Amino acid sequence: MDRGTDPAAALLEVRKLAKSFGALVALQDVDFTLRAGEIHALLGENGAGKSTLIKVVTGVFARDAGVVRLGGVDIAPRSAKAALDAGIATVYQEVNLLPNLSVAQNLYLGRQPTRLGLVQQSEMRRRARELLAEFGLHIDVAAPLADFSVAIQQLIAIARAVDLSARVLILDEPTSSLDHNEVEILFRVMRQLAGRGIGIVFVSHFLDQVYAISDRITVLRNGRLIGERETGSLPRLELIRMMLGRELAETTSERAAATPHEARDVCASFEGYGKAGYLAPFDLELRHGEVVGLAGLLGSGRTETARLVFGVERADAGLARVEGVPARLQSPRDAVRHGFGYCSEERKTEGIVADLTVRENIVLALQAKRGLLRPLSRSEQDEIATRFIGLLDIRPPEPERPIGLLSGGNQQKVLLARWLATTPRLLVLDEPTRGIDVGAHAEIIRLIRELCREGLALLVISSELDEIVTYSDRVVVLRDRAHVEELRGDAIDVSRILSAIAADGPASVREGRT
Amino acid sequence: MMPRLPRRGLAQVVALVVILLLDRAVSPQFFDVRLQDGRLFGSIVDVLNRGAPVALLSLGMVLVIATRGIDLSVGAVMAIAGAIAASLADSHGLPLVLAAALGAGLVCGIWNGILVAIFGIQPIIATLILMVAGRGIAQLITEGRIVTFTSPDLVWLGNGNVLGLPVPVVIIAVMLILTGAVVRWSALGLLIEATGGNARASELAGIGTRAMILAVYSWCGLCAALAGVIAAADIMGADANNAGLWLELDAILAVVIGGTSLFGGRFSLVLAVTGALIIQAMNTGILLSGYPPELNLLLKAAVVLAVLLLQSPRLAGIAGLAARLRGAKA
Repeated sequence: MDRGTDPAAALLEVRKLAKSFGALVALQDVDFTLRAGEIHALLGENGAGKSTLIKVVTGVFARDAGVVRLGGVDIAPRSAKAALDAGIATVYQEVNLLPNLSVAQNLYLGRQPTRLGLVQQSEMRRRARELLAEFGLHIDVAAPLADFSVAIQQLIAIARAVDLSARVLILDEPTSSLDHNEVEILFRVMRQLAGRGIGIVFVSHFLDQVYAISDRITVLRNGRLIGERETGSLPRLELIRMMLGRELAETTSERAAATPHEARDVCASFEGYGKAGYLAPFDLELRHGEVVGLAGLLGSGRTETARLVFGVERADAGLARVEGVPARLQSPRDAVRHGFGYCSEERKTEGIVADLTVRENIVLALQAKRGLLRPLSRSEQDEIATRFIGLLDIRPPEPERPIGLLSGGNQQKVLLARWLATTPRLLVLDEPTRGIDVGAHAEIIRLIRELCREGLALLVISSELDEIVTYSDRVVVLRDRAHVEELRGDAIDVSRILSAIAADGPASVREGRT
Repeated sequence: MMPRLPRRGLAQVVALVVILLLDRAVSPQFFDVRLQDGRLFGSIVDVLNRGAPVALLSLGMVLVIATRGIDLSVGAVMAIAGAIAASLADSHGLPLVLAAALGAGLVCGIWNGILVAIFGIQPIIATLILMVAGRGIAQLITEGRIVTFTSPDLVWLGNGNVLGLPVPVVIIAVMLILTGAVVRWSALGLLIEATGGNARASELAGIGTRAMILAVYSWCGLCAALAGVIAAADIMGADANNAGLWLELDAILAVVIGGTSLFGGRFSLVLAVTGALIIQAMNTGILLSGYPPELNLLLKAAVVLAVLLLQSPRLAGIAGLAARLRGAKA
């Protein structure tokens, strides 16, 4: 694609880059070429080396070997600031700006226009307005940054980076928390910047977006370069094969074999279960060996359903039964005792205990269930940890590694292992594949199916309708904090779910990704 | 985040050895130990003996800090327990004296635990209440006087000896082993570390985090009471104004020197006690050297700084430091 600049000019060249952390080789002989005016997607599974590559290029990590050239000149930035001064700017998923300061202050922090030592507020605001106007952004620059959506904050971070005379802009998972429209705005700005000759590195695990925006793709796997291709001539399946190094088993295309719903035993049931002001009373039956998907927009009551089922929130109406017997579910402890498990969507704040090891994180729920006085011996813990690390293919397979050092996908597997170790009868998974790359994604879906085959009852929440359709035996659709429809068997497809979600009210649903 | 240093505890052991060697330098007889009347005497025994109250406090404090809490009231609880023990010592038997004093400490700990775990008050504020009120309670018990006693049983707790070792040293050893056994042979240690590391996640994993918090504050109160009884037995009296004064800070210091983060999570009982001994070795050293005791405070600050710098993953090596300096110049 011609963007008005010399497409052949290599702006950023990385050659034979190597980086190890102790015995762990994070990057080996990696080449990467970014041309002026192109949008270049950097792809790979969690742990493939994308983040390490970015951090070496931007001076966060020192490299062990290799060359980095910017505009033909060797550079070796020793800090993110030095990289920025050289012309390489990075914008992360979490915006690194100051939410309590105004937009203008954020844009000109550390380089405010001054006269006689005083900041010229009006001059600063005027410049800020002009700068943002270039990005098609017409907002009140005197308002605190925190007043704006994450998308706008991200654009402001990009504007600041570009205004600091960036020649290379690295966007690390910029779209993870953006909705469809916001992604479009971001993409427009990206194209505009590329048109000005800026080279953009785009890291994302949304393959649709990669195809929509990027000119070329570089794929890393296990710290090595797998290949660099033109986006237009790289079929999706081939890309996935490059990323995974194996054929993606047909996990995401075929529907689960249907066993008649009524033939299965009821595991847990909820009648008129609800909490005033939180979630309207609902009826829900969960059967052994069955996956029930919860679909709906953010805030429709999906997570709320999970929290009531697991006792995180106390229901004030209705009756819960476990294996037919009335059960009290007033706290997570109660739920755990009844054989429930719950993986929250907030993996970092509600899932992992970052300082503790993989082993300790795995045995945590089982130990809590057994109680204080029946401690698992160290050898029992080792056995459980080793078994699940093997079973779920957790990497690196080191039980004594603090879980905080694992990639997101592997942390998620550890959390799954934590609950599987308790041999639960019901597992509630809230967005189990969020923020996880395509390989771990497929693996987690495969796991969900296997678990269900073994008789576990599963309640799964996901924003990815394709995913829900793939593994669910039944889908409950939620809208405005109430369960509004239940789809079964052949009735489950993306368009039916979409129309149920949108039944009355604006159809502002994100398109199901394919 | 950096991986945890595999040489955990090395910094503390090195610090203790360095300070003991410094003590030896200012006082050549520092390591001399002699047996007299069936009891060991010497500066090194003195460090253990004098360090016992803070070591006991740090045993409770380290668990509280591991849950991401803090207990400012331990000094005041020492005063309460000491006052109770001194008031009862000459009229009641040792078992009842101990039961009353330790029971009071336990009640104080439960009070703190309820404020933190049930009412969700920030630990620093919740325990500040008892830090202030506790000294008042102790003064009410002693009616504002310094209560002295002569009960040989109680005096033995502070001045007696077992197998040649001072009783406080034996008590701290027993309490260290007991606490370690309870914490590491049950699942308590793991569950406390999980609660401190991420309370929300721990609760969702089915851990009774409130019970954990209640338990550690209770244990902390009990340890403080025991320290208070020993301190009172040592001077054969209870001074509600000065018993355990500012010792909560020494205990917190001991825990921090012992490598337990104030942000909760991982803890080490042995290293916390080591921290207490480091502090006492400095105190004793200053006294032996004849330097003005005021110097002690500065020295304490310097050692704290040194240990914390040694623990800092960012300063994991001189090489890292040098790289940083070069980076700053660039």
